[in-house]
Amino acid sequence: MSNIKSLVVAEHDNASLKGATLNTISAAAQLGGEVHVLVAGLNAAGAAQAAAQVAGVAQVLHADGESLAHGLAEAVSAQVLALAASGGYSHILFPATASGKNASPRVAAKLDVAQISDITKVVSADTFERPIYAGNAIATVQSADAVKVITVRTTGFDPAAASGGSAAVTSVAAVADAGKSAFVRSEIAKNDRPELTAAKIIVSGGRALGSSEKFTEVITPLADKLGAAMGASRAAVDAGYAPNDWQVGQTGKIVAPSLYVACGISGAIQHLAGMKDSKVIVAINKDPEAPIFSVADYGLEADLFVAVPELVASL
Amino acid sequence: MKVLVPVKRVVDYNVKVRVKSDQTGVDIANVKMSMNPFDEIAVEEAVRLKEKGVVTEVIAVSCGVAQCQETLRTAMAIGADRAVLVETDVELQPLAVAKLLKALVDKEQPGLIILGKQAIDDDANQTGQMLAALADLPQATFASQVEVVGDKVNVTREIDGGLEVLSLSLPAVVTTDLRLNEPRYVTLPNIMKAKKKPLEVVKPEDLGVDVTPRLKTLSVSEPPKRGAGIKVPDVATLVDKLKNEAKVI
Repeated sequence: MSNIKSLVVAEHDNASLKGATLNTISAAAQLGGEVHVLVAGLNAAGAAQAAAQVAGVAQVLHADGESLAHGLAEAVSAQVLALAASGGYSHILFPATASGKNASPRVAAKLDVAQISDITKVVSADTFERPIYAGNAIATVQSADAVKVITVRTTGFDPAAASGGSAAVTSVAAVADAGKSAFVRSEIAKNDRPELTAAKIIVSGGRALGSSEKFTEVITPLADKLGAAMGASRAAVDAGYAPNDWQVGQTGKIVAPSLYVACGISGAIQHLAGMKDSKVIVAINKDPEAPIFSVADYGLEADLFVAVPELVASL
Repeated sequence: MKVLVPVKRVVDYNVKVRVKSDQTGVDIANVKMSMNPFDEIAVEEAVRLKEKGVVTEVIAVSCGVAQCQETLRTAMAIGADRAVLVETDVELQPLAVAKLLKALVDKEQPGLIILGKQAIDDDANQTGQMLAALADLPQATFASQVEVVGDKVNVTREIDGGLEVLSLSLPAVVTTDLRLNEPRYVTLPNIMKAKKKPLEVVKPEDLGVDVTPRLKTLSVSEPPKRGAGIKVPDVATLVDKLKNEAKVI
């Protein structure tokens, strides 16, 4: 395929780029051809400058306006479509994060093309691998559409280097607000821990913790000691032991840290789908039959209320 | 106000699928099929809105093979009033489903369309957003709370890092996340009642929609297997292995 030119839609907080953007740029780079990055936000010059420094980026398009302040899917997709027409992009890539998944299908539908979700490998410019059935099968799919709209599973691609690039930043006009949806408020948990999807080490807790107090009391010290992000199984989240966005699994966060410590998690296939690409998996569970042991590099058959504090003490 | 609830027939979430030996797909012959769990949450939410008096009619829709009628009967057993099956044997991809739903939205003029955020077979997470774009409607994906207030719907969304609340003008598209509600168990009397509720069958041609797949599946393979690990006898051995063998701490 000739004339490959990719547009990566950056995920950012206006001041800086989110890590997932770097993995998405890597996927775009593998397609060959120029990689452009769109930073759409409000007062997002910082994020645009950061994007310009990413290795392999040829151009940064910076759209700034009130309509883009909260990353509403309607506005972000309209912004991408405004550029898609004039830019001649063959590929449009979003990170497969909550916001990427929110906006990307709107772009695909308006362009009347299929979206290729959650790619984990670029086979060629029109052929990709993506997991289906909670990662129990890998489909290789080929798109015949003129434009490929793609979401990128970040664990499938190493991040691009955040420095070394020197792309030009071009301002583009921000789209108008469509006026049908409005941001009311958000509740974003503030903490000093690494982001779940970017963490090197994750400590996760399951239903066996029994209460949100015990979850905090047992899991937090281990996460603190290891400088880890905290995760949870769906059962623990449903029971209210841990916040929603800690859920690791098929329909929650997909993670692949260097070390994943599963405490009191039985290991339903939906949970395994979210963490089985971790480099090293440790399972602590008192049930010898727990399926989590089938994917664990190191399994410790023990009561987590005894073993986890002991682990904290010996680190 | 009417609510349209699209539901998908998928391999039951408890079934561990097997890849066919010729790598053409997964083997779904003789496996248990169920309503996609996120769609069940969508039906439940629509029915609760009706029970609160916010909604007058709940219409379940499914696109696919004739057996999807069973899925629609389940939706009606939960409490949907009637159902539409867009019947086809063609493999339906999200863009095609979104176009079929757009045609039904034009016809039925619902105030709200509630869908599951993702089907657990293809894991695409596209249809709701595509429908919203095609029908030019506002959207709130990954909902954990839905509240209709006058001509608006306030939706709490599960996003990376926490929650977000959006206010959308009706009509609007909402996709469900796991914490929105816990679907009720269907009772035998309601299953019997559902058998008598109206179920209309239409074809994609009737709706003027071309459902030809856009993506070609070249192969489906098994994911790489993790090598079996070891059991360690105690915490001290675990720490030693992590430090000196795996070298991850």
